Amino acid sequence: MIKVYTSSVIDAPAEQVWARIRDFNGLPGWTPFVAESRIEGGLPSDKIGCVRNFRLKDGGMIREQLLTLSDYDYQCSYSILESPLGVDNYVATLKLTPVTDGNRTFAEWWAEFDCAPDREGQLSRDIGQGVFQAGFDSLKMLVRR
Amino acid sequence: MIRVTRSAIIDAPIERVWAILRDFNSHTAWHPVVAESVIENDEPADQVGCVRNFTLKDGNHIREQLLALSDNDYVSTYCILDATLPMQRYVATVQLKRVTDGDRTFWHWQSTFDTPRGREQEFADLVGKGVYEGGFEGLRAFLRRRPGAPAVRTAGSETMATQGMVVSRFGGPDVLEARPLEARFPAPGEVRVRHSAIGVNYIDVYIRKGEYRMIEPPAPIGMEAAGVVVDVGDGVTHLLPGDRVAYACAPPGAYVGVRTLPASQVVVLPDEIDDETAAAVMLKGMTAEYLLHRTHRLRGGETVLVHAAAGGVGLLLCQWAKALGARVIGTVSTDDKARVARAAGCAATIVGRDYRFAAALHDATGGRGADVIYDGLGQAAARENLEALAMCGHWICYGHASGPFDRLPVESLGQKSATFSSPVLFHYTAERAALTEMAQRTFEALRQGTIRLDIRHRYPLSAAAQAHRELESRSTVGPLILLP
Repeated sequence: MIKVYTSSVIDAPAEQVWARIRDFNGLPGWTPFVAESRIEGGLPSDKIGCVRNFRLKDGGMIREQLLTLSDYDYQCSYSILESPLGVDNYVATLKLTPVTDGNRTFAEWWAEFDCAPDREGQLSRDIGQGVFQAGFDSLKMLVRR
Repeated sequence: MIRVTRSAIIDAPIERVWAILRDFNSHTAWHPVVAESVIENDEPADQVGCVRNFTLKDGNHIREQLLALSDNDYVSTYCILDATLPMQRYVATVQLKRVTDGDRTFWHWQSTFDTPRGREQEFADLVGKGVYEGGFEGLRAFLRRRPGAPAVRTAGSETMATQGMVVSRFGGPDVLEARPLEARFPAPGEVRVRHSAIGVNYIDVYIRKGEYRMIEPPAPIGMEAAGVVVDVGDGVTHLLPGDRVAYACAPPGAYVGVRTLPASQVVVLPDEIDDETAAAVMLKGMTAEYLLHRTHRLRGGETVLVHAAAGGVGLLLCQWAKALGARVIGTVSTDDKARVARAAGCAATIVGRDYRFAAALHDATGGRGADVIYDGLGQAAARENLEALAMCGHWICYGHASGPFDRLPVESLGQKSATFSSPVLFHYTAERAALTEMAQRTFEALRQGTIRLDIRHRYPLSAAAQAHRELESRSTVGPLILLP
C-alpha cells in the first residue's frame, strides 16, 4: 500500500472553493484533464454510493464511487472501481481547511492504493503532480480574487 | 464553551517549524507576549505530562501541561492547569501539515475553554488575536531572524541624522532641495528603515506642485521605498532589525536616507526580490494588482485600453492583463514607446500626444470599444474615454496626468450603462491583511515572470529634481528610482 499526498494553498475562502468541487460530477468544470463525466443510474451527484463515469482528455475511461461527502468538514472521499491506471484498492480523499490568516484555503488531496512495485514511483508522480497538483493549479486560476 | 480556531501558512518547511513548536518551552524565544518560562522539576520539554510555568509581558501568570505530542502527526495538545486569567477547562491543540506545493507549512491552532458569562468575546479575542495570531507573526519573525542580528531592539533612543529631498514650496522640479533631516526612534507601532532605493511616482509630481495637498512645505515627498529595518518600536511583532523591507504608503516622506513610519504599512521582502526592484514595484505593482483584481476583476477575453502603456504602471498593467487573458490595447506618445508597449503584451498601440484615440480604438476592436479603460490621464482624455468605452464598460481613472476633472461626466455614463471608478491605492492597502495579500500577489507575479521591470532610470537621491523633469517631459520608459 503506498500513499500519495499533495497539498496547496488556494487564494479564496474555503466555502467558495468547496462550492467549486463538491459536485462529484463536476470534474470537467475545474480539472484540466477530464473531458466529460456522468453519474451512473441517474443518481444525484451528492448521493453516497453514486458512481461517476468520466473520460479523460487522453481518452481513458474511469469509474469512481463516492464513499463520503461532508459539507461540514469540506471533505469527500472516493474509490476507483475501474481505470486504465493499474491500481488496486485505490481510495482518495480531498479536504479543504480554512486558513484564517488571509481568509484562504488549505487544500489536501491524498490517495492510498496498491500497484506493481516497479510502477510505484511513476504512479506517485502521475497522481500527485499530474492529477492532484494539476487540479489545485487549475482551481487557483478559477477562484482567483 | 468557547471554541477558538486560527490557522496560517508559514513560509518554511514543516520540519523546521515543528522543530521549534515541539519544544514546549520554546515560546519565550518566539512568542511576543511571553516574558519568562520554565519547565517545572527540570523535566525535558518534550516529556508528555511536563508543566511549563510562565509569565506574560502584561504580568499574568500561567501553568500549562503537555497532554500529547506526536512527531508523526506534528500535533501537540496541552491544557491550562492554573492561571491568573479567568479561563477554565482550556485545552488547545497545535497541528502542522505539510504544504507540498512550495514546501511550506499549514499551522492549525485550536482551543476550547470556558470563561465568566459576558466576557466570552473578550477572551475569544485575547486567545485568537493576542495568542494565536500574535504567535503566527512572532514565529515568522523568529524564522527570519538572521544569525548575529539582535534578538530584541537595540538599546538607545537617539535620533538619527539623515539627508532628504524636501519640497521647499509648491512649484516646479527646482523646489526640491537637499536638506539635513532627522529620523526619530520608533514610537510604539513604528519602525525605522534605512532606505536603499526609493521609487519615483507621478503622484510625487502632483504633491510637489500642490495639486494634491498631502504635505505642508517644507517637507519631504515620496510614497515608496525599500531598505533595511534599523529598529522597531514596542508592539511590532512582524519585523526585526536587519529585515529587508519595502512599503508604499501615505503620508509622503520617502525621499530620505532613513525614515520612521508606521510598521503596519511595511512588508518583508522575499529573498529573490532585490531592493531596486522592490522600490520600483511596491506602489506601481500593488496599483496594478488592485486595478486588475479588485476595482475590476479582469476576465479572459475582455478588451482593455491602457493609457500611458509604456509608463511605470502602464507596463505592469499590460503584462499582467495579457497574462490574465485580456486583449490589451495601449496608448503611447512615441513610436519608441509603442515598441516597448507591444513587447509588454499590447496587441495594438495608438501613438499620439493629442489625446485622440477613440476612433483608432474602435477601428482596432471592430467598433466595439474597450470593456475596461485604465486611465491615468484625467481631464484632457475624458471625452475620448467615454467614446472609446464599450457598452456596459468600466472606466477606471486612477490618475490625472493632464489635470483633475472639471466636472465628472456622470450623466453621460448612462448612454452606455458605463461604470466609472476613481480608486486610490491607499484605501485598498489600509487594512494590513489586504496590504499583505496585495504585496504577496505582486511578489508572486514577479517571481513567475508575469510582470517584469526594466529599470532604466536611476538617479542619486540628490538629483530628484532631474528625475521629476524627465518624468514630466514624458521621455522616460518604465520605473524611475532614487538611490540615497
